[in-house]
Amino acid sequence: MSKNTVSDRFRKVDVDEYDENKFVDEEDGGENQLGPDEAEVDSLIRQYPSSSFLTLICKGNLMEALQAVLKNPPINTKNQNVKDRAEGLVLKVLSSFKASDIEKGVQSLDKNGVDLLMKYIYKGFERPSENSSAILLQWHEKALSAGGVGCIVRVLTARKTV
Amino acid sequence: MAYHSFLLEPISCHAWNKDRTQIALCPNNHDVHIYKKAGNSWTKTHELKEHNGQVTGIDWAPESNRIVTCGTDRNAYVWTLKGDVWKPTLVILRINRAARCVKWSPKENKFAVGSGSRLISVCYFEQENDWWVCKHIKKPIRSTILCLDWHPNNILLAAGSCDFKCRIFSAYIKEVEEKPAPTPWGSKMPFGEVMFESTGTAGWVHGVCFSDSGNRVAWASHDSTVAVAEGGKSAVVTSLTSETLPLLCVTFITENSLVAAGHDCYPALFVYDAGKGAITFGGKLDVPKQSAQKGMTARERFQNLDKKATSDTKEAVLESLHKNSISQISLLDGGKAKCTKFCTTGMDGGMAIWDVKPLESSVGELRLVWMGWGNIYSCLGSTSLCFDTLCA
Repeated sequence: MSKNTVSDRFRKVDVDEYDENKFVDEEDGGENQLGPDEAEVDSLIRQYPSSSFLTLICKGNLMEALQAVLKNPPINTKNQNVKDRAEGLVLKVLSSFKASDIEKGVQSLDKNGVDLLMKYIYKGFERPSENSSAILLQWHEKALSAGGVGCIVRVLTARKTV
Repeated sequence: MAYHSFLLEPISCHAWNKDRTQIALCPNNHDVHIYKKAGNSWTKTHELKEHNGQVTGIDWAPESNRIVTCGTDRNAYVWTLKGDVWKPTLVILRINRAARCVKWSPKENKFAVGSGSRLISVCYFEQENDWWVCKHIKKPIRSTILCLDWHPNNILLAAGSCDFKCRIFSAYIKEVEEKPAPTPWGSKMPFGEVMFESTGTAGWVHGVCFSDSGNRVAWASHDSTVAVAEGGKSAVVTSLTSETLPLLCVTFITENSLVAAGHDCYPALFVYDAGKGAITFGGKLDVPKQSAQKGMTARERFQNLDKKATSDTKEAVLESLHKNSISQISLLDGGKAKCTKFCTTGMDGGMAIWDVKPLESSVGELRLVWMGWGNIYSCLGSTSLCFDTLCA
């Protein structure tokens, strides 16, 4: 046998990296994107809405928390930690909603908000934890009736996602 | 509307002749079939067999009566009618991937072919050598070109590509034409110059169309959006994210309204308001007849429960005219300025002809208001358009 068949290191070379026709996405400055502000979201979840004494029963200003957590999505950043943290925060807010309030929550969002919410929902499906899938499915149903199939198509075709 | 089912397989592409009596289409194989209208039915008159791969694009030049076809065999043929036979002429495109779409220019002295080789071949006839020659537009295209449309000035070419961008190129060939006058898209137009590149939409661009004046270009993208760009010092792009499945083809029917169709199997109307900078969904153009609601017997209910695990009375049948995605729209009457009839073909092997005649009605429906010289401003209230059935 000849000498050059001894090593099989060539099998580990990723030839696609060297393809000069390879499609490279445009670089978008994502370093400064930090995701939704954790402190702000936490405070809004725990906050009591400032109206009547009856509100001692209902906990937290969830509508505002939802708006806050959907601000500043870490779409362009390459930092995986930032993305994971954002996803965790969103999941926390979505789980604190009562089932009957989910529809109102979705109605309070605009078109881009619904698209963004759908992106987070599918991101949440990727890594299911104990009860997350059930909650996410409820949110998915309401978001689907608001955003239609087009909303899901946009999640699938997005090159840069949360 | 009239619907004719040609085949059981998808119609890959189609083209009409000048007086709309003949249609050339590809029945999802290597040939092109030409059908002639005979009363209420269609008879096949010619079979054009020359390609070695599926024919992906057909265009029929109305004035010179030539057909250009392109296919996955990396070739294009220009067919001329000699007596009663169509004779092909091979055009060397110099591409190493499949050709995807082809369009004659408005003056019919050139045609452009989009291909998977990430380039556009602009072909023109060289008199001295009696031969079709092509020039390539390569930069900055990074993926397959899916669709093309020419600007009325015969120079500018809009191309939608799989690299998520819609671009307008200059396809000025000095051998066959004069230097063009400036347009809203720019004044210097050397061959291959990018006059406009889209931003703001993601997804492959499936369909692209210039408006009748050439000042606007619309494109449909795979992320379920439709967008319009208006030429100017800095082009203004407006887009609409829709709630439906992606659209595959789009065309202007007036300067302000678009008809688009795609995977949802029905054509939809979109209205562009330049003043407000917005596109609005005008409504589905396919109004299915309401089928009579039959009562369900207990037996049927149980059967449904057994078969489909649901006792829902809604049937899983498409109510639209086309039973599968619509892949191409072509205008039949009236052009892009005042279209009165258009035709759609799709993956169900059928062709439908749609009549556009909006009826004024009392409660805020589509109203066409004429302002000034042929300038149509359409405003919309509710979401339905009524159609007359086409008497074939």
